[in-house]
Order: sequence, then C-alpha cells, then structure tokens
Amino acid sequence: MAGIVGYGAFIPRNRITSEEIARQWGKDPAAIQRGLLLKEKSVPGLDEDTITISVAAGRAALDRAGIDPSRVGALYIGSESHPYAVKPSGTVVIEALGIGPSVHVADFEFACKAGTEAMFVALGLVESGRVEYAMGIGADTSQGAPNDALEFSASAGGAAYLFGKADLLADVKATYSYTTDTPDFWRREGEFYPRHGGRFTGEPAYFKHVTAATRGILERTGLKPTDFRYAVFHMPNGKFPLAVGQALGFTKKQLETGWLVQTMGNTYSGSSPTGLAAILDEAAAGDLILITSFGSGAGSDSFVIEATPALAERRGRAPTVRSMLDGPRRYLTYGQYAKYREKIIVNE
Amino acid sequence: MREVAIVAAGMTKFGELWGSSLRDLFVEAASEALTMARADHVDAIVVGNMSAGQFVGQEHLGPLLADHLGMAGTPAMRVESACASGGAALHVGFLEVASGACDLVLAAGVEKMNDGGDVTAVLATAADQETECYHGITFPGLYAMIARAHMAAHGTTLEDLSAVAVKNHRHGALNPKAQFRRTVTLEEVMASSMVADPLRLLHCSPVSDGAAAVLLCPLDQAKRYTDRPVKIRASALGTAPMALADRKDPAFLDAVQLSAERAYKSAGIGPADLHVVEVHDCFTIAEICCIEALGLVGPGKGRDAARSGLTALGGKVPVNTSGGLKSKGHPVGATGIAQVIEIFEQLRGEAGARQVKDAHIGLAQNMGGSGASSVVHILERV
Amino acid sequence: MPSPRYWREIPSRFRLEASKCRKCGKVSFPARKICPGCRSAEHEPTQLSRTGKVVTATTVHVGPDDFAMQTPYAVAIVETPERARLMMQVVDCDPPSVVPGLQVAFEFRRIRKEGHGGILCYAHKGVPAS
Repeated sequence: MAGIVGYGAFIPRNRITSEEIARQWGKDPAAIQRGLLLKEKSVPGLDEDTITISVAAGRAALDRAGIDPSRVGALYIGSESHPYAVKPSGTVVIEALGIGPSVHVADFEFACKAGTEAMFVALGLVESGRVEYAMGIGADTSQGAPNDALEFSASAGGAAYLFGKADLLADVKATYSYTTDTPDFWRREGEFYPRHGGRFTGEPAYFKHVTAATRGILERTGLKPTDFRYAVFHMPNGKFPLAVGQALGFTKKQLETGWLVQTMGNTYSGSSPTGLAAILDEAAAGDLILITSFGSGAGSDSFVIEATPALAERRGRAPTVRSMLDGPRRYLTYGQYAKYREKIIVNE
Repeated sequence: MREVAIVAAGMTKFGELWGSSLRDLFVEAASEALTMARADHVDAIVVGNMSAGQFVGQEHLGPLLADHLGMAGTPAMRVESACASGGAALHVGFLEVASGACDLVLAAGVEKMNDGGDVTAVLATAADQETECYHGITFPGLYAMIARAHMAAHGTTLEDLSAVAVKNHRHGALNPKAQFRRTVTLEEVMASSMVADPLRLLHCSPVSDGAAAVLLCPLDQAKRYTDRPVKIRASALGTAPMALADRKDPAFLDAVQLSAERAYKSAGIGPADLHVVEVHDCFTIAEICCIEALGLVGPGKGRDAARSGLTALGGKVPVNTSGGLKSKGHPVGATGIAQVIEIFEQLRGEAGARQVKDAHIGLAQNMGGSGASSVVHILERV
Repeated sequence: MPSPRYWREIPSRFRLEASKCRKCGKVSFPARKICPGCRSAEHEPTQLSRTGKVVTATTVHVGPDDFAMQTPYAVAIVETPERARLMMQVVDCDPPSVVPGLQVAFEFRRIRKEGHGGILCYAHKGVPAS
C-alpha cells in the first residue's frame, strides 16, 4: 500500500483583515465576520505565485521525506491560478527542486479540487508501481472580484505531498471521488475574475459533493465518523466546512485542527491539503484522518489516512502550518492589497 | 613613445538639450575644437559613448560622426567603458599619437540621454546584468550600497555626503557650460526626495545631453595649433570585479586606486603634487571614495574633505572646480573628455571665475559603472 | 529577456549551482570557467546553502519600469556560509530593517514579469530568518 512519505505547506506572510475589506466597500465588518466566520486572509506578494508557493511546499515535503529528489518519478500541480495559460508550472518546480529530467510532469485544473486531484494521481502512480515516488501539489493565488463576497475569502497558499511505498509518515487507506457537471463557479479564458452562481454554490454544489464523497468513502471502508481523530473539508468560508462536517456526524473537536480558513482564507487548491498538513503536524501514530476536497464544476475527492510512528520522528524537519499562520506577518491596507493583487490598471 | 599634447578643446553646454540630436551635439563640440586649432582635417577620430544603441537606437558611431563632420574616409571608431567611455577614448587617442601612428587625433565623447526610454534600466547595464540588474538593483542603488558600507566602516554621515553636493554646486554656478548654475543649501540636499537609501535626488548627478572634444598631437608639433599646449604626462587604466558582491571591500574603489598608481608611476609624481583635480562624482559618495583611492586623503578619511574646505575652490587641493558631474551634468560618454577640458583650461589660465591660482599639474579621473573601470589622466602645463 | 539566456541560467538561479576552484577553494557564484582568485581553470560543481548574512544593503525607491510597482524594496549583498557573495532582494519585512548582519533564508520568488506577454523570471530572494 502506498502513502505519504513527505508533506509540506507554504502560506505567504502578508495578510488583510475582513474588516479592512469591508470598510472599503461600506459593509459592516461584524456582519461579514458573523456570516462568513472569516477574520483575515493571506495575500501573495508581487513576487509570489503558484510556482513559488509550490517550490516552498515541495522543498518542505522533500525535507520531511529525506530522499534524493532525483528519485521522484512524477510531479503534478493542481491550481486554478497557474502563472502561464500555456506552459506548465510543474516544469519550473521540478528544476527548482532538483527533480528530473527523468520525470513525468503535468498541471491539473479543477477549480479548488485540483490539489487533491494531483495527489490522487500521484498516489495511484506509486501504487501501480510505475514510479517509486510521486509528488502532488495544490497551490493557488486566486483572485476575488472587488466588492464580491469571495473577495473576503480568496487567498494564497499551498501544500505538497510526496507519495511512496516505504518509510511512510501516513498510510492512505482508501480514496473515493464523486463528480458531476454542476456549473456553480467558472472562469472563461481571458477573464480576470471568476463568476459564480451565488447561493447555487451551496446545497447543489458544495454540500452535495462533499457529502456524497464522504459517505461514499465511509461506506467503502466500513468506517464511522467516530472512528476518526481528525476530519478536514474544503474551506470556501468559515461556515461551510463546519456545517457539512457536523451534518455528516463529525464533532467540532475533530474539525478544529484542520479548520484554518478563519485566518488563512480560502487557498482554493491548497485549502483542504493545507488543512491536512496542519493535522499531520500534530497527529499521533494510529490516528485516522478524513479529508474531502471540493472543486466547483463540480467534484470531491475523499481520502482516509492513518498516521504512522515515523510521522512524529520526521515532521520536525520543516515548518508547521501553525508557525506560518501565527508567525511573522504583515497587515496590508486595501490599497496595498489592490497593488499586490494587480487590481490597479496600469499601462503596458 | 612620443610625448603627446592637447592643443584645443570644444564642448557643448550640458543639460536637457531638446533641440540637439546626438549628431548635432558631436558636431558642435568637435567643430569648436577644430576651429580653436584652425585644423580642417584629422588623422583619426575616437568617440567615447556608453549607450547610443539603447538611448537612440544608433550604433556604429565612428563612421557616422566622421561623416557628419564632413570627414568621411577618416579612420574612426567608438570606444566604450560605460561612464568611463570618454576617458577611454582619450586613452586610445593618446596611444595613436604616442605610438607615432597619427599626428592629429580628435578624441571626443557624446551622450544623448533625453530622447525617451527607461534611463534607469539603460544605465543599469553598466552593472552586472546577470547578477545585479536581474534582481532590480539600479545604479543609484549600487552607490547607495557603497555609501552604506562606507558609513558603517568609517562613520561617514548624510551631512558629509550632502556637503559634496553643496561644494560642487557652488563651483558649477561659476561654469557657463554647467547644467545647474545655482547653489544649493545643505538642508535642501538632505531633504530632497529619496532615490535609494541613503542617496537622495540631490546626491545624484543628473540625466544630461552633451558632447566634448579635444585635439591631440605630438608635443613637438603643438605650436602649429596653439601657443599654450598642455602635455599628457600619464594615461592609465584600471579595472575591478564587475559585481559589487565580488569586490574585496564595497567601500573602496580598487580600480580607481590601480589606475591612479599606474598614472603616478608613469608621470613620476604623487598625489601631493597635484594642483587641481576632477573626479567622477556620479553620486556624492563617489567623490568621497575617489579622493581616497587617488591618495588625496587617507583611506576612510574622505568624509571631511568637502566640509572642511580641503577640496573646495581656494582649498589645498580643489576637486571638481567645473561643478563635477553633479552640477555640470553627466552626459555619460562625454564626461571623461569634459573633465580633461576643465583641467586643460585650468592649466592654461582660462578657467575664469573658477581659476585655481598657478595650477600647472592636474589630474582627471573618470570611472565606469559602480567602479569596475577607471581612467586617470595627468596633465601638465608646458 | 531572450528565452535561451534565461534557460541557460536556470541551474544558477533555481538551484544556486556554483563552482569551487580545485586549486584555491574559492567558491564562485554564478559558476566561472576561470577562478577570479588564482586563474585556475580546474573547477568542481557545488551548490550554495539557502542561507546567508547581509553585508550591505539599500532600499530602492526609484526602480526600473519592470519593478515600478514594487518600490520601495530592499536589495542586499548577502554572503553564504561558503563565502560566496550574491545580490538579492530581501522581502517580507520593512526595507529599512535590512541592515548588515541580518541573517536571511533564501526563498524561491518571481523576480519580474516581462509585461503582459513575456516570460516569467524566477530566482531567490532573502527573507529575514526567524
């Protein structure tokens, strides 16, 4: 059976509070925080993008794995904000990580699910025996349209997972994917901001797919919510993951470690993968972890993961998610935020 | 090697010369020199220019400018060493005469910087493209780093840097060809807008258009052209690692020291023998570092020179009586020649209100990039 | 920036590959064919550590066009444990706090975008070490 031999995450150090954004648009900050359960989010600098975040997360994953990068046979990056429309993010990342050239690389896209997609494929390739190690990364620096609800949550960050068959930090016990064509959120080529179906993104999209994938994996494995120590769901805002988690029978205690969105924001393809990293930063050997992502369009990937004794031994080799969320950071004004997110029109 | 003399000089005003193209500037300066010498042909033309290709899209300046001088057919070439292009052109002209190959050489410098374009980016090509410019460092940024290193090592202050600008503006106000002919106060300099910490706008030489030219001939033919020739006693070059990161000490200009030592050796004199000096003050910190490297003051002691009056007009060793690059202007390729012209005029007693009494030995030092190249000429009244 | 030039520079920019002189041990970054210390042509490949100390620095307030949106930004000369010195921006901090002696960790960042259609250029920047 294959599993995680290394993992890593990276969250940019800039922040903007929901209060600052609300003030910009004449909204009541308290109402926003109550409604979305969001306090602040990460903001990428002008020098950060999906590629730079993937390199940082990938380096941490390799440090925790302790293997020679040249042994990685495949690398996949899932994002909805790949820096190039045509030219893979993955090729820049392998060169920076010292992987290849004898390596398979592909970029994935599936709204916020692209990260777990990359992980799913990397895992499968290792299980099949075609490669010894494969890395799946979810990272994003997605844009939220000005004066739109998503502007409070769209943030930047990512996590990387290295899969292998030996010296596992965590075993992947099962996977389950659930996919339908549901147009709740999309972006056409050339558009700067995505569009979404408002309340349609809730019950027929997020809740339906997350619930179906999670129920599917529980049925497939015969496990119950009480068998798990931790659960993490895709976090488009503060409320949805708590609501779906509790509706599925998970307690707040099980959900709280992975529930990063209140101060991280929604890192899209990095969302549940980063939540999983925060869980791996503290899970004890034998702990069962459930992760279910969600990508608009729509679909969910679910994984059941079990921590091994090696996790506690090797996870100290790279920074924890909490150290990045709670560590040195800088708070921006809306003007600085607009500059960093290139929302200000300039001549070419 | 024959002895070489400068027998005539010509120079445009330096400044924002909207009505003059690069060709116009060159022709104006060269013609003034040729007229002064009553010469109507030359054996060779050497043009110093840093970046006509980037500023105005024009390479191949040698034949172009010979042509515009009505001298198509004359051997001509362009010489480049960033901001030391003028000095380097003079060096080549000097060798052409000293070697016996030529009897009359026009050595000139010209730069047209105000025709649009990203001047910051063009000037930065004098630095290391791969390891410095790639990361967004600018020319003022490199000198700002040198200033910071000098401040940390020797206690140099913002006031020390600013005093250099005040002194040079005082001199430039007396120079009819200077770009800026007004004095500035210390407070004004220190309050000007920040360019690269700690260098402010008034610590930086301006963006300028201009040209300057001199005529060189063997000393024993000088009387044909002038009754007051000035002899070139030394013409020496030095280089240093291109990237500031690769220098032994970012606060010390090795290339300047090397070029100066070679020049002093060749001329058989030392810094104490100099009566008037032009140094390359592209930024005020550069003047402080250059006078140290030239041996006019001890290492690390450059900070006091402007403030104490040592290097002011009337002081023990006046530096940049022309106003320096700061006040006279800095059309990059022309500067090296313009510096030599200032010394030429000083040694001939033609410097007017800027005249240093009884000056008969002078030195001009011209530098490229953040100090990767330096050219020193020592001149003597004959 | 022409793509071939950028592509040639990937080993040094992305992986900090350098050269070490076999004769005198001097580490050159980027790699050199001729040692600037002793002029030997015998080198072996090496890689710089992703950490260093600031030697000198400045804050650029007026930058080239491609960097106009980023000003003010700090640029420093940083020395690695291998005694190699390189120039890099130092970010994620207030520019005036970048002073000699500051210990920095190197992170992979995007250095510039060449307008709307050009290639994206990456390399390392320093971040104050915690």
